[in-house]
Amino acid sequence: MSAPTQLSEPIAEDARMAAPNTLSLGGSLPRFTPPVTLAVLLLVSAGALFLLDAWNPAVLVIVTAVAYMVVITLASVIVENSRKAKDRLVTAVVYVCFGIAMVPLVSLLWTVLAEGIVRLDGYFLSVSMNGVTPSMDAGGAYHAVLGTLVITGIAALISVPIGLMTAIYLVEYGRGRLKTAITFFVDVMTGIPSIVAGLFVVALWIMIFGPGETNGLAGAISLSVLMIPVVVRSCEEMLRLVPNELREASYALGVPKWLTVLKVVLPTAIAGITTGIMLALARVIGETAPLILTAGSSAVAINANPVEGQMMSLPVFIYSQVRMGGAINYERAWAAALTLIAIVMLLFFVARLVSRFFAPKAR
Amino acid sequence: MTTTDPSTTAHVPRGKRRIGDVVFANSARGSGILILVILAGVAAFLVAQSFDSLTANTANFLTTSEWDANTREAPAFGVLALAFGTVLGAAIALVLATPVAIGIALFIVYYAPRRIAAVLGYLVDLLAAIPSVVYGLWGIGWLVVQLAPFYTWLETYFGWFPLFAGPVSTTGRTMLSAGIVLAVMILPIITAMSRDVFLQVPQSHREAALALGATRWEMIRMAVIPFGRPGIIGGAMLGLGRALGETMAVAMILSPSLVVSWFLLQSGNQTIAAHIALQYPEATGYGVSALIAAGLVLFAITLLVNMAARFVVSRRKEFA
Repeated sequence: MSAPTQLSEPIAEDARMAAPNTLSLGGSLPRFTPPVTLAVLLLVSAGALFLLDAWNPAVLVIVTAVAYMVVITLASVIVENSRKAKDRLVTAVVYVCFGIAMVPLVSLLWTVLAEGIVRLDGYFLSVSMNGVTPSMDAGGAYHAVLGTLVITGIAALISVPIGLMTAIYLVEYGRGRLKTAITFFVDVMTGIPSIVAGLFVVALWIMIFGPGETNGLAGAISLSVLMIPVVVRSCEEMLRLVPNELREASYALGVPKWLTVLKVVLPTAIAGITTGIMLALARVIGETAPLILTAGSSAVAINANPVEGQMMSLPVFIYSQVRMGGAINYERAWAAALTLIAIVMLLFFVARLVSRFFAPKAR
Repeated sequence: MTTTDPSTTAHVPRGKRRIGDVVFANSARGSGILILVILAGVAAFLVAQSFDSLTANTANFLTTSEWDANTREAPAFGVLALAFGTVLGAAIALVLATPVAIGIALFIVYYAPRRIAAVLGYLVDLLAAIPSVVYGLWGIGWLVVQLAPFYTWLETYFGWFPLFAGPVSTTGRTMLSAGIVLAVMILPIITAMSRDVFLQVPQSHREAALALGATRWEMIRMAVIPFGRPGIIGGAMLGLGRALGETMAVAMILSPSLVVSWFLLQSGNQTIAAHIALQYPEATGYGVSALIAAGLVLFAITLLVNMAARFVVSRRKEFA
């Protein structure tokens, strides 16, 4: 401690001089204090809960966390000072915040895995619900998996070209008011509620085909309304990362601008663009609300034709099974949820791998 | 790596116009314009299709709670209770999620061990990857079961507080449950925005605070929070926009009724989005048109919130 401390905190200095080798006012807690305190409190609260016959892991964690905050703050106030005590309290709070976020993630993944594995097998993935009464111990989600793949596939076919070309416009060509407007409205479009995207297609379909017409194509269009802004955003970000020197070198060689974009800019950014598109796919593949409105929620048979008849998809399958409400329906819903999460996670991880291994090396 | 805008620095040399250039440039611009057309179409079609029912409506659309639209004669419906439920659910989610999200962002940027910080951030991002229907299934299949005893406890000790007045729903399928699930869903959005601005806090500000003897918390309070506030607000509003429009979690968890109710532990309330999803398959008469009108209200609310959020965020960029 330096001279100013001596002047402003004479008591602290006095105390330390009186007992130089012990913890004293104005000193500091040893580094191992937090983990040791935490371990001790965990054991104490576990013991207390057992004695009180109130054993419950959730309660244990909450009690331990609260007790830790109280103890570490008090200890720090006594041994250190109130500023450091506040710092230690906030540190504990911040750790708890992260812990809180992990509770839903872990419990959700665990529940879906534990409940979903019961019914998820080859049979479940290879048959539809055609001819299966709601409570029958049979049936599967093949039609829903197929529908999901068809609908999201078409949605990707629509959104990727539009989204990518818009991103190219924004980065390579755009200037002035049109660019500002597009940037702004792409942001606005990101915030469109999914159900409104569904209603948009419903309204469009009523105008073109009359009321009551539902099919896979309508679902795909509503999904692409949600997917386009995501694709634009991520592609734009990636195209901006391409160094300008590459473009200039290409122009210097007399390559036209459009070929520069196609042969120089896009290949450089392709890893990031692929990642962005896969993340966008992962986002829309789980969309439910627009598909209930546009692709129907009561299809039971295999239908691979996007322009004729209702088409089931995995998210809608989960929803409609839950609405039926029986035990067997919940089993189907969990199994379908596990399938859906597996598909989403696969997209997610492949996207990370692509961005890691195919990204251009920084110079 | 340069960050200058290539559209202004890299001009095509003037000369003969190549046909490829013209086609490519125009198709790029066409895609951009198509997006504007789609967005205008969303608004225009919703207005056009809701017109029918709104003119036939015998009740005031904005001040009525009941929903009697599945008829061809004298439909009477309004969005009052629905709009209230939508805002209430989103508000619960926002109140619960924002402090936790800020805590997580601080944890990842300033507290977590450097080596695993990226992995922990990735875990939080995973929350955003889980489909909303799975959140709904988890909510009704697991969460409400856990919450029901907690609600009874809450009512026993805090029942005097108007929001927590009984009788408690025995199933746990209440607005509070829906709000909690919505909070989980918007957590990664707010966290991501906050984390981004925390990472942008100039190192000189942080080091200056620490050099003056500030503890880590004082450094955060003095250097990080003031700098990051617009980003946090913007992130919270984006989260709010998401919570307002979220359909499935609410539709699956809440046991709905079309009343304006402040009692979070009782079953009741309903949101616009969930109402549309539940009612659409059974809609007849003016039903579909009326639901589209409700969707238009939702569209307007989320549009305002999102535009305000973008405004806040973009203002930060100008000053940063």
